[in-house]
Amino acid sequence: MTIRPMIMPAKFALKTFAPLIALLAFAAALSDARPARAEITIDITRGNVEPLPIAVTDFVGKSGAAARAGREIAGVIAANLERSGLFKPIDPKAFIQSAGALNALPRFGDWRVINAQALVQGRTEVVSDGRLRVEFRLWDVFSEQQMIGLAYFTVPDNWRRVAHIISDSIYKRITGEDGYFDTRIVYVAEQPKDAKGVGRNRLNPFGKRLAIMDQDGENHRFLTDGTTLVLTPRFSPTLQEITYMSYFRNNPRVYIFNIDTGRQEVLGDFPGMTFAPRFSPDGKKIIMSMAKDGNSEIYVMDLRTRVVRQLTFHSAIDTSPSFSPDANQVVFNSDRGGSQQLYVMDDRGKNVRRISFGNGRYATPVWSPRGDLIAFTKLSGGRFFIGVMKPDGSGERLLAEDFKIEGPTWSPNGRVLIFYRKGRSEKDGSGGQSKLWSIDLTGHNEREIPTPMDASDPAWSPLIP
Amino acid sequence: MRFKVLGMVAALALAVSACESTSGSGAGASGSGQSITPLPAAAPLALKDQFVVDVGDRVFFSFDRFDVEQDQKKVLDVQAAWLKKYSSVTVTIEGHADERGTREYNLALGERRANAVKEYLIYLGIDAKRIKTVSYGEERPVALGSDETAWSQNRRGVTVVTGPGS
Repeated sequence: MTIRPMIMPAKFALKTFAPLIALLAFAAALSDARPARAEITIDITRGNVEPLPIAVTDFVGKSGAAARAGREIAGVIAANLERSGLFKPIDPKAFIQSAGALNALPRFGDWRVINAQALVQGRTEVVSDGRLRVEFRLWDVFSEQQMIGLAYFTVPDNWRRVAHIISDSIYKRITGEDGYFDTRIVYVAEQPKDAKGVGRNRLNPFGKRLAIMDQDGENHRFLTDGTTLVLTPRFSPTLQEITYMSYFRNNPRVYIFNIDTGRQEVLGDFPGMTFAPRFSPDGKKIIMSMAKDGNSEIYVMDLRTRVVRQLTFHSAIDTSPSFSPDANQVVFNSDRGGSQQLYVMDDRGKNVRRISFGNGRYATPVWSPRGDLIAFTKLSGGRFFIGVMKPDGSGERLLAEDFKIEGPTWSPNGRVLIFYRKGRSEKDGSGGQSKLWSIDLTGHNEREIPTPMDASDPAWSPLIP
Repeated sequence: MRFKVLGMVAALALAVSACESTSGSGAGASGSGQSITPLPAAAPLALKDQFVVDVGDRVFFSFDRFDVEQDQKKVLDVQAAWLKKYSSVTVTIEGHADERGTREYNLALGERRANAVKEYLIYLGIDAKRIKTVSYGEERPVALGSDETAWSQNRRGVTVVTGPGS
């Protein structure tokens, strides 16, 4: 479902036109007394920024349903902004001006007192055709300027998406970059040991199945039932499909799962195991590995014509391919030099060059959607690392380290990575828990992403169209 | 060519039940003159158990290696002799890895290990047509625990009797 914003009509602004002028004049007078202040911004390229204090007030609705949606929307927005590590939502108990009273113009002094630098207010209303109308404004408390004013119409059940879209809008206005809140995560969920039903079985010892959820863990659902071992799901850019690997009928092959229809199809008719699939940036091809006679090579398949092209020709293990955002290059890992390292080649398999030269083994390279970096898993000294480097191999930075962490996936704005972390397991089968974690590109703000059960192989979707 | 996957659950459930009915049923296959006719599957299942117990079904690999080491070749020598005796038996060789690698690389490594076992059995005179391979990467550990003792048991190639060649 597409939700398009409407620039907010001037009705409310007109009503408050006169006081606005007055307040602006007041602000201008104040500005004589202190240095001219630039509009609030956050530089997200800096590490460990002081989070911006922001007041997110309950969106005000007259009817019970509208008021409830308004409160929930504000809660989701505040939680999104808080998790980004860039904002610090202020405890609503500290608010002086009530959300209801904001229907007139904010009393900026009241918000400055509690040190809010930005203020989010909104209104909700169930309109005559049953749709929910959500409008919101973002204010710069110090300059007393409105930074955003937008309104959305949607079916009431869809309030959560509106909250994510508004969160993205606030994030973009203040950081200057696209947000990543209106997104989903697909991953592999593991059944608990005592699971009822299908649970764990001999062919799928950890009861692995595909699961999908919003980036904040809501709207969680399973896509497969756990009878078959599934691994490494990845989104198509359209979000309609997921490519993954399945051991259906004990034949490990790459599949495509259609989220709308629930249909699963094996990709192509290959004589050996196919694995490590990813969509091309335009979603029209899948790049993957195929193993034949013990040797793994990289292939790309056009989904429409079904034409398959082999890109690597080497006795080494060549796997984990990932396209650059312009689709002209492919990064992959290979042990052709004696140990597992990262290589880049063009989209026809030519001009192969090694890019990783540090101590240790490098794996699972993933090109950033911005194109500027490649994230990877590194194994060194018996430890695992998540890191990034430039596509020419320079500027390597390690962001996280542990006993076992693997499989980074990028936020659509290229600023955050999600990966999974697996603990040590004990002889009696305890331990070995696997969970999803996110970390900022700056190396800060590492957090667990809550999932109902053990989780691995995360893949972050693009922004929902 | 697109291959539609339908009836996935049902087909797999059948596969599971067929594979899970292992030991126990095999013991009654020796034919003691009773009126109960042994199931056709009983004979190969008995062979399957015999292979595990008498022959030895697995070889182990060093970390990040896929060459069959000298002491492990002895196991495959016995496997090959047995496979020559039961010339209609077919096998699948499973390649496995420990958890000390990335998932996709381990799938490729398991494939290499399974293939190394296959190549050695072929070298010893077993018909390639009787041998299939499958890699499970790090997905089916046999030993729990995050230490070298467990890892060394998980880096393995397992020969599984899958049936009589008919």
